[in-house]
Amino acid sequence: MAEEFVLEGEQRVFMTGNEVVAWAAVAAKADIMYGYPITPQNEIMHYWTRLAPKYNKRFLQTEDEISAGFTTLGGILAGSKAFTGTSGPGNVLMQESANMAEMMRIPMVCVIQQRGGPSTATVIYAQQETQLTCFGGNGEGHRVVYSTATHQDLFDYTIKAFNTAWTYRFPVFILGDGYQAKMREPLTMYDPESKGIKMVSAVPTLGQNVPGKQFKYLRNCLNTEEELHEVLLKHIADYENMAPQVIEYDARGCDDADIVIVSHGMVSRAALSAYHHFRAKGVKVGYFRPITVRPFPTEQLRTIADKTKKLLVAESAQGQLLKMVQAGIYGSTTEIETLLRPGLGITSEEIIDVVEQIKL
Amino acid sequence: MSMGQAVKIALAGEGGQGVQSIAEILAEAAHDLGKEALYIPNFGVEQRGGVSIAFVQISDQHIGAPKFITADILIPLSPRSIARTKQYAGKETVYVYDNSLIMPSEVNDQIVGIQYFDTVPPCPTDTAAQVVEDPKIPGETKTYNFAKEGPGVDPKQIPADVKKVVAIPANDIAKNEFHPRVFNIIILGAVIGATEILPLEIIKASLETKFEDKFKADPKLRELNFGALERGYQLVKKVM
Amino acid sequence: MQEVRSQGEFLPAMPTCWNEATKPHKFCPGCGHGLILKTIGELIDELEIRDRVVFGCDVGCSLLAWDFFACDSLQTHHGRVTPTMVGFKRANPDAICIAYMGDGGGYAIGSQHLFNASVRNDRITVVLCNNTNYGMTGGQMAPTTLPGQKTETTPYGRDVHVTGYPTKGPEMVATVTPEGAYVARGSMHNLRQLKSFIRKAIETQISGSGFGFVEALSSCPTNWRTNAKKTWEFVEKDMTAYFDVGEIKAPQAKEGV
Repeated sequence: MAEEFVLEGEQRVFMTGNEVVAWAAVAAKADIMYGYPITPQNEIMHYWTRLAPKYNKRFLQTEDEISAGFTTLGGILAGSKAFTGTSGPGNVLMQESANMAEMMRIPMVCVIQQRGGPSTATVIYAQQETQLTCFGGNGEGHRVVYSTATHQDLFDYTIKAFNTAWTYRFPVFILGDGYQAKMREPLTMYDPESKGIKMVSAVPTLGQNVPGKQFKYLRNCLNTEEELHEVLLKHIADYENMAPQVIEYDARGCDDADIVIVSHGMVSRAALSAYHHFRAKGVKVGYFRPITVRPFPTEQLRTIADKTKKLLVAESAQGQLLKMVQAGIYGSTTEIETLLRPGLGITSEEIIDVVEQIKL
Repeated sequence: MSMGQAVKIALAGEGGQGVQSIAEILAEAAHDLGKEALYIPNFGVEQRGGVSIAFVQISDQHIGAPKFITADILIPLSPRSIARTKQYAGKETVYVYDNSLIMPSEVNDQIVGIQYFDTVPPCPTDTAAQVVEDPKIPGETKTYNFAKEGPGVDPKQIPADVKKVVAIPANDIAKNEFHPRVFNIIILGAVIGATEILPLEIIKASLETKFEDKFKADPKLRELNFGALERGYQLVKKVM
Repeated sequence: MQEVRSQGEFLPAMPTCWNEATKPHKFCPGCGHGLILKTIGELIDELEIRDRVVFGCDVGCSLLAWDFFACDSLQTHHGRVTPTMVGFKRANPDAICIAYMGDGGGYAIGSQHLFNASVRNDRITVVLCNNTNYGMTGGQMAPTTLPGQKTETTPYGRDVHVTGYPTKGPEMVATVTPEGAYVARGSMHNLRQLKSFIRKAIETQISGSGFGFVEALSSCPTNWRTNAKKTWEFVEKDMTAYFDVGEIKAPQAKEGV
């Protein structure tokens, strides 16, 4: 495109998802990106390195994703808004640093563009990293995970991720996928401040050259079970207090629905089309999309589940979202039907077909 | 074509035929017109060889999944693409193809390579010492089109059960009247002529933006591209 | 090797250990992998080790070699060929383990494994293709990208102040391996010499002498965006100006043998 995008006010643009992420990070005033090549998120780095000189940003391609994660944590502790991105097997490696971020309450921001799994599988698309991104460490999964469905989401939630992370100090993930990464669609880019969104400032944790300062001693290794338990109780309390402020979801037509389609991310687009299709014909179908898959909007879903006859969980995985739904509505007698397609995209026609076959 | 739902367009061709370019132009033109548009190329490990496929959707409303099962408009541009895209043809599909008597250069399926579909391989015969100027487009480097004469598409291969079939000898026209390189622009004109999904003027505006620098450097390129577009459009309009 | 005549035409001789079903191979035109793999194939034939060979490859472009040979083959995760082959060899010392990878798989994500296999003098053979970029994923910087070289993540040229200098892998391996290891750097522009290096690296494994490591300078015209002539020049002149071609370490001849 001959146009040059400038982040002033608002601008309607048409670009690929990976480029959107790079711009959103610029808009969020991120300082430095650490990353390692893995398809399908490479272009985030390609765009970021091209934008870098103009916007005074920094970049390092590390030797692998383990390093990308830990260099990001280092940058954050030094007071920079550092972030990283990965996919698939790289996400598996990213769990090590995400773990440390959880324990030490470091505001890590990481973009995941899901690909097929497990192992190297495909470089294309799936929703098979949902559980990994939410619970992938050897801990309780104290993270925030935004599951995006559109490029507007990618832009909005990448910006929001920085604020959520730096406000509540839990690692925050933006859970996209390969289709979002590579497809082109329109969105409106904007400078957050111009919309009244105040960007949280980054503050250094260590290393400020201030004479007479109080030295800090940071560790993630503790001595006894009791000590650990105390620390965890504090994290749990912080997490539970944060949850209501951070949980986001989109529910439509659930008040009188006979069946509610539950989906997240890319699949929710098809679900939304199916919902419009049914409602236009007067068929009482509902639509529920968790935007934060972690913390999961369990209260809201439970309320909806109790009012409707059936839920249909649709995902490009073999039950990763399903598990969260089942745990969330435990105790409800509402039946759950499933449309599980690990590694495959799902179209609205397929959802419509399945809904029409379900006996209520 | 009801504009209530998304119009689903699938394009396919050999690498170098410009499939992704047309797809991008269509999607961006729709976007410029204020519509919802979504374009996704087929991508994966095996992307340099074989048939290149692009999926475009244009709508007044929210667009669902990026890929689809049945295309409203299906545009296979090479004999190999006909077979590869059979699955997207349905009863309501408008089928546009090139019936020139040529054999486009096919990159062997087995010659695959990388996960980055945007990479264009260099021309092996082009050397710095021998930059050959294109006789038809002064100032532009001559590029090599390895298409040769051949049987073209076998009409029996075309899916029988589609709404409408539009065949235009775009390759021949490009070679004889314009320049081989604007073959895909002729096809673009034909698609607009067959479906009127977007006004021709909007496509022209899109081409202006996309090739702004090139048109400024050489106004003849504008003539060439717009001429090709109109030609494809008129050809189809005459037939319908 | 087979020589096939058909209607008076000679077809090029293919190593017996080639998997005919997967030929022509999947690499881009002008890629060095095809030549280097052919060299390995000839050696597998000449040394008559086909049934003992286990061929491991990385992801990236080396992934496309997963069904290249008519030998037992295994594609692992990025950077993990070396430890997988080490594990295999220690469980089955009779196997001939050949680990095939690119500059990223060996010097970036796989560097800790390469380093440690070197220190342990593991009896495997590593052949590493150095084409100064990450080819499969679209041409990002690699540890061996030359100073000033443009890649997708160094669009303005590699700045050595930010990223350091290109990695000299064989030199590192030679420094940390004990006696008995074989280390060399060859190039696709001198296949005869490269073949002699890889032969010695495999023989080092067969004799049980130690770790065998050969880096092969290779080409990637697709991501370098170079034509045939420039591609060859880049390997033969630009890369060899930085990376020394030759044997770096060879096992001492034993006394009285």
